[in-house]
Amino acid sequence: MTKVIFKRPRALSDKPFHYCPGCTHGIIHRLVAEVIDDMGIQDNTVGVCPVGCSVFAYDYFNVDMFQASHGRAPAVATGIKRALPDRMVFAYQGDGDLASIGTAEIVHAAARSEKISVIFVNNAVYGMTGGQMAPTTLPGQKTTTTPRGRDKELNGLPVKVCEMLAPLDGATYVARVSVHDPKHIMQAKKAIRKAFEIQRAGLGFALVEVLSTCPTNWGLAPREALKWLEENMIPYYPLGVYKEPAEVK
Amino acid sequence: MSKVLMKGNEAIGEGAIRAGCRHFFGYPITPQSELPHYLAKRMPEVGGVFLQAESEVSSINMVYGAAGAGVRVMTSSSSPGISLMQEGISYLVGAELPCVIVNVMRGGPGLGNIAPAQGDYFQSVKGGGHGDYKLIVLAPASVQEIIDMMQLAFDLADKYRTPVMVLGDGILGQMMEPVELDDEVTVPEIPARPWAASGLKGREKPNVINSLYIVPEECEKLNQRLFAKYAAITAAETRWEEYRLADAEIVLTGFGTCARIAKSVVDKARAEGIKAGLIRPITLWPFPAEVYAKATAHAEQFLCVEMSMGQMVEDVKLAVNGKRPVHFYGRSGGMVPLARDVLAEVRKLVAGGAK
Repeated sequence: MTKVIFKRPRALSDKPFHYCPGCTHGIIHRLVAEVIDDMGIQDNTVGVCPVGCSVFAYDYFNVDMFQASHGRAPAVATGIKRALPDRMVFAYQGDGDLASIGTAEIVHAAARSEKISVIFVNNAVYGMTGGQMAPTTLPGQKTTTTPRGRDKELNGLPVKVCEMLAPLDGATYVARVSVHDPKHIMQAKKAIRKAFEIQRAGLGFALVEVLSTCPTNWGLAPREALKWLEENMIPYYPLGVYKEPAEVK
Repeated sequence: MSKVLMKGNEAIGEGAIRAGCRHFFGYPITPQSELPHYLAKRMPEVGGVFLQAESEVSSINMVYGAAGAGVRVMTSSSSPGISLMQEGISYLVGAELPCVIVNVMRGGPGLGNIAPAQGDYFQSVKGGGHGDYKLIVLAPASVQEIIDMMQLAFDLADKYRTPVMVLGDGILGQMMEPVELDDEVTVPEIPARPWAASGLKGREKPNVINSLYIVPEECEKLNQRLFAKYAAITAAETRWEEYRLADAEIVLTGFGTCARIAKSVVDKARAEGIKAGLIRPITLWPFPAEVYAKATAHAEQFLCVEMSMGQMVEDVKLAVNGKRPVHFYGRSGGMVPLARDVLAEVRKLVAGGAK
């Protein structure tokens, strides 16, 4: 007798991902879909996808989806959640989307303690538009708009989203995880699950920042990109839980 | 039936509730603030949602979320705030979502002032945001009409899956008039929305609310579909009011507050023996071009009265199609035309004859 012990999550469609080789969006999509399957909420979930590399996320998730304009996913998710309070609503955003053009929307969704779950994918660069500097680009990091490396005098310093949002009274759960190796991938899944559990319990706003790779725009092979994330991003963006409600610890 | 004294802005809110709208997202701006004040109190009373957003940008995107989730939803603002919403309005059109957007116009450009104006005509009827599109634009001219028109606004939005704009000005928002209200409020039946993204709930295929068409052929198809819809709207939903028009030799025209001023000028002119009449567009888009074309049979000239530097006059000229001269009298920046000044213009034009 053969037994299936590992298969594609039901919450993912059959459509092959368009992401570049070595990009970790695929892993993060899968984690979100596995959590939806595990919690049995596929029928009751509505997702909001961003502008950026993951703009086509609506093709990959096997749940009802919205495509939001650049940065506005938390506002769109707010509209959905206020219209249908019993649905599970998640927003999936990149760093340009969330930490640049959409800062007002994410700050105020957190401040209102909007009962949504936000998956924030941070790869320290703009992907889709061609590798420009993001708010999360590391000091000294070369991009197409910081060809000599990000200079703090010229470009300022990165926005640390978890550290910015966690002090807001309305932020209920804020955590930073990474997907550069299997151990951290498992931890990332737990954090994403917790973000959804908090929403299901009606406790408030939850955000999981996922450190992710961009081999194409970093100019690195996939394996080197994972190493670069571990050695450069994690020291600047420490992993951990920044805010957690007592009820779910 | 009860007769109640109501402010225009409050009437917008009460009209929306009576039309079955239970979701409002907005951001404060003068001269429409009494509308969110009213709904902040009334929405919870009827089990609805009133949410003050952090900006107009967020408001319109909350509308996008709620509309796509399948509920009747509205936002309101005034000129500078509507400018901020234009991106979201374009997305709502692209995703074919029904909603109502209220613009109580003020003086501009820029921060302008809080006095009444009609300088957002172009922005409202010609598109406004990026891309090829139109909004259905309704222009009420009295507080009673506001109440009645809100139902129409939501019904048209649903029927055609499109945003509908209700375009007023600071006078309409601020003026108080008696209105007749049904004592019994029956929530109208809201059409089913099988396309809404509200959770699979046993459906096989997910619903997606989207305006991204990466393949040009598909994006062109979207635009062709939208414009086929606009042709149907033009054929079925064009609305206007005629006043003493049948034998009019000079036809005044204007919308909203200006139409009321022009109407009183028509009466004053008639008292002086001038054969004046009025066309009041109720839908600014679709523009009631046919009635203007028809009026050229007896009208020697047209006079467009506006609280702008002459925006609607372009549509009137297109409708008249060069057959008769179209003149313009307007004030802008928050100034309101006075009936006596418009009448003086009418006398001058009639004395000068059609040129």
